[in-house]
Amino acid sequence: MPADVVVIGAGVVGAATAWYATRAGLSVTVVDRGPVAGGTTGAGEGNILVSDKPPGAELDLAMLSSRLWRELGTEVGGFEYDAKGGLVVASAADGVAALSGLAAEQAKAGVDTVVVPAGDLAEHEPHLNPELAGGVLYPQDAQVQPMLAAARLLRSARRSGATVHTGVEVTGFLRSGGQVTGVRTSTGDLPAGAVVNAAGTWGGEIASLAGVEVPVLPRRGFILVTEPLPRLIRHKVYAAEYVSDVASDDAALQTSPVVEGTRAGTVLIGASRERVGYDRTLSVRVLRALAAQAVELFPVLAGVQVIRAYRGFRPYCPDHLPVIGPDPRAPGLFHACGHEGAGIGLAAATGLLIAELIDGQQPSLDVAPFRPERFR
Amino acid sequence: MSHTFDFDGRAIPFTTGQSVGAALVAAGIRAWRTTRREGRPRGIFCGIGVCFDCLVEVDGVPNQRACLVPAAADMIVRRQEGAGRGHLAV
Repeated sequence: MPADVVVIGAGVVGAATAWYATRAGLSVTVVDRGPVAGGTTGAGEGNILVSDKPPGAELDLAMLSSRLWRELGTEVGGFEYDAKGGLVVASAADGVAALSGLAAEQAKAGVDTVVVPAGDLAEHEPHLNPELAGGVLYPQDAQVQPMLAAARLLRSARRSGATVHTGVEVTGFLRSGGQVTGVRTSTGDLPAGAVVNAAGTWGGEIASLAGVEVPVLPRRGFILVTEPLPRLIRHKVYAAEYVSDVASDDAALQTSPVVEGTRAGTVLIGASRERVGYDRTLSVRVLRALAAQAVELFPVLAGVQVIRAYRGFRPYCPDHLPVIGPDPRAPGLFHACGHEGAGIGLAAATGLLIAELIDGQQPSLDVAPFRPERFR
Repeated sequence: MSHTFDFDGRAIPFTTGQSVGAALVAAGIRAWRTTRREGRPRGIFCGIGVCFDCLVEVDGVPNQRACLVPAAADMIVRRQEGAGRGHLAV
C-alpha cells in the first residue's frame, strides 16, 4: 500500500516533517542514502536563532519554529534543548548602534531584545573581553543537539507508525502523467501520495531527478570543539559581523566568532563560510582564524585545548531563503531544503508547514516567500 | 642522584625517561583524577595516550595525560577534579 508521504532525508528537517505528518494522521516513510543526521544536520551546531534575522519572512518562520522547538523539547525531549539565549556583541560604538537599530526593528516583529551596555556585559558573560563596546541579549535564542534532535523525532514518529529506511538511496521519481507518485530507490520503488525533498545541501540534486531546478548550493563551514570544561559561557555569544557574513554573496572565506558552551561541557567555536563546492579538505588557515577570533571574544579560551574540528555544507539559495512548499512544476513533490546555516532552527516550522500543506490544511504561515519556483 | 617531583605535597621519585603516570603507580598511587559527573576515581587505563583516563594537572595546566608526560625534577603535579578548570565556572 502506498504511503501518504515519502520523505527524502533523515536529517532534522526530514525528521520534523515526518513527526508532524505522522501526528496529522498521515502514513510516512523516510528514506536516506546515509544514516540519520549523516549529512547537513550532523555538521551543524544546533542553533535555534531569532537574533540573526532581520524582520521579514525568515524571521517569521524562525519565530514560529522557536515556539515549536520549545514544545518539542517537552513533548519529545531527549535532545539537549537549551533555552540559553543569545548575546550579540560589538567591539566599537558604531557596531553597537547598528545592533541596537536591528534590535529595535526585530522588537517590532515580536522578538524579545535587551540592549546591554558595555558595563553590564560582564554580568551576563563574566569571561567576555572587557573591551567590548556593548551588545544585545536575545532570550528566545536556544540550542539543541542536532543529531539527537533528528534521532528523537524519528524515534517518536516511528512509535506512531512511521517507517525509516537508512542506507537507501533515491535514484528517481515515479510519475503518472505529470504527477509525482513516489520514488525509485536502490532497493525498489516506494509509491506515495506526496514526496518531500528534505535532502538539505543535496536538495538541488533530488529536485533535478524530478526534472525541476532548485538552486541549492553548498557553503562550507568549520567548527572547533574544545576539551570539556565547566560552564564558562552561558549564552550563544557571537559578534555582530556574523549577521552580515550570513547575508553576504561573497564567495571568499568569511569568519566571525560564534562561541557557545554545550551540555556535554565542550565549547563550540564557529563560524566560517566559504564557497568551495563539496571540497572537504581540512583548512588549518580557517581553524586558526576561528580560534584567534574566539580568544579575542573570550580571552580565557587562550589556555584551553581544542580537541577536534568538524565541517560540513550549509545549503544556501541565491536569496538566502529556504525552499518550502509544493512544486507546481512537479505536482506531488514538496520541497523542504536550502535553509543554509539555519536549518536546525527552522526545521520544526518547516516540518509543520509541509505536513499542513500535504494534509490540505491552511498552513500556519504563508509559504509564498519560500516557493520553489521563485528562482529564474 | 635520584630525582623527585611534587605530587600534592609529596615527593615522588622517578628515573630518567619515566612518565609521570608510571612514577605515580610505582609510588603506590593508583588514582589521581575524579570523573566529571560522578566523581569516580581514575588513573592509568590504557597507558599509551589513547584513553584520556589518566588526566592530571602538571605545572598548573590541567588535562595532561600522565602516561605521556615525562617526569621532570621540580615538576608540580596535582590531582585533577572533573574538567580541572572548576575555578573558571560561571
